[in-house]
Amino acid sequence: MSKRIDIQKTYKLFIDGKFPRTESGRYIKWVDSKESTIVNICRGSRKDFRNAMVAARKASGSWENRTAYNRAQILYRIGEMLEGRRDQFMAELTLQGLSKKQAENEIDQSIDRLIYYAGWADKYQQVFSRVNPVSLPYFNFTVPEPTGVVAAIAPEDTSLLGLVSIIAPVIAGGNTIVILASESHPLCSITFAEVLHTSDVPAGVVNILTGYRSELIEHFSSHMDVNAILYCGDDTEHKTLVETNAALNVKRVIQFPKQNWSQNQHQSPYHIMKSQETKTTWHPIGV
Amino acid sequence: MSSTFATPIDQIGVKERVSRLFSRSIKKESKVQALHLALSMIDLTTLEGKDSPGKVTQLCYKASHLHDSFPGLPNVAAICVYPTMVPVAKKALKGTGINLASVATAFPSGMADLQAKLDEVTSVVDAGADEVDMVISRGKFLRGEYQYVSDEIAKVKEACGNAHLKVILETGELATLDNVRLASDIAMEAGADFIKTSTGKVSPAATPPVVLTMLEAIRDFQAKTGKKIGMKPAGGISTAKQAIQYLVMIKETLGDDWLSPNLFRFGASSLANDILMQILKQSTGNYQSKDYFSID
Repeated sequence: MSKRIDIQKTYKLFIDGKFPRTESGRYIKWVDSKESTIVNICRGSRKDFRNAMVAARKASGSWENRTAYNRAQILYRIGEMLEGRRDQFMAELTLQGLSKKQAENEIDQSIDRLIYYAGWADKYQQVFSRVNPVSLPYFNFTVPEPTGVVAAIAPEDTSLLGLVSIIAPVIAGGNTIVILASESHPLCSITFAEVLHTSDVPAGVVNILTGYRSELIEHFSSHMDVNAILYCGDDTEHKTLVETNAALNVKRVIQFPKQNWSQNQHQSPYHIMKSQETKTTWHPIGV
Repeated sequence: MSSTFATPIDQIGVKERVSRLFSRSIKKESKVQALHLALSMIDLTTLEGKDSPGKVTQLCYKASHLHDSFPGLPNVAAICVYPTMVPVAKKALKGTGINLASVATAFPSGMADLQAKLDEVTSVVDAGADEVDMVISRGKFLRGEYQYVSDEIAKVKEACGNAHLKVILETGELATLDNVRLASDIAMEAGADFIKTSTGKVSPAATPPVVLTMLEAIRDFQAKTGKKIGMKPAGGISTAKQAIQYLVMIKETLGDDWLSPNLFRFGASSLANDILMQILKQSTGNYQSKDYFSID
């Protein structure tokens, strides 16, 4: 009997709950360190980003208006689905250069992080809302509200945990996100999209692109419909570009230096607050 | 006038022709030019039961002030409203040179007797409408009462006087392209100045195969009679990309004469903003946000 030929997975983008190829038809050859596996990764383009933005904007209203409990349930569900896909992530993370132990750790922590933010999704608003003392006949209170659509450049190194650590607080806070996955370790980001796809996350709430940072960062930061731009990394040129372009429509800028995402300090309800706007209401009383 | 004499339509052929035309790529300066042209062809429309004088007034203002911070933009061709809103719109459009169109003849269903329809047409024309958008009696058409449909259009045309008559075929209810072609021929022969695809209240509204079929009917009618009939696709056209695709379709089917608001219109409510966003994208290089344009 002849040897069976493996069926290889096609790594595509994740836009609007679907897995399209890049509209540009361009690919990046990705080779693992032992040169045993070669994968074609989509080289996402300006127009892929534009399409993802349209999807994220469309999804924004209904995601924001869901109950906080429902968002929590969905985040928890992502954790459940990730747990069930352990083997696949093990294989990809080790292919991307981690040892078995490291890979296992990263998966554990990614799941735990999702559960952590699932817990916060229906609590951060109560914790961070406040009643303000004012010397006028008003009941004055302040609540955090989602900023809208977040465009994010994911951490380069911890490709699964980093991705999860960025996406979870943003969507827990009722925002939608378009995220550019790690350029050097792209495999598990697209597999994570498959997890999202089976977790009741509505289409368009999370959109994951692959491609070159240097090519896409300009478009991520200059798009007028982006409400917040999140950048992970230390490239001074990129950071300046993000700041400059953000001024076009006064986007909220969130930056994370290169860091070890496995530490506990990188999960916090304050991360949710980074993509929130503060609304203060003056309600007349005693009339 | 019976379906046996109608021109048969090759459905597959129409679809293939459409997809060939739609694969054209219009970029850079030609794109900007096409976008400006498309803007000037829009019948800015509001046809909702909840329309208020305030909304109509705001829409009329928008018609001549599409995006004031970006100079050099054309006005839209016309405003399209319900009969009861005609006086409000007439007042708001005074001095702008923008036409006022009103739907009439028991829009959108057309289910009323002929006299009621004619009275409605007379009243909107008296109130100052420059264009009348009528609906055909689809029930009668589908039952084969072509003569009734034809006579009705002719009488409405008479009631219009100097106002332009657009005849809405409501192609979403006509089922086949053969019917669309036949209805187009009937409408043009009965005196339509424009033929229009849909009311926007029935899905599917304007689809590319339907529009191509109607454009070909217009082309053949011109060859036969020398008269140039206008075309108005309406409903479901909301992106600049679709608008440009239709412009390609007209140019290739009818030629440059139809690349003008006198002979081609888009019936749309949200198309204008998408075109504006594209024009600004071309000029600034940045993708735009709805946040910075007027509400439609």
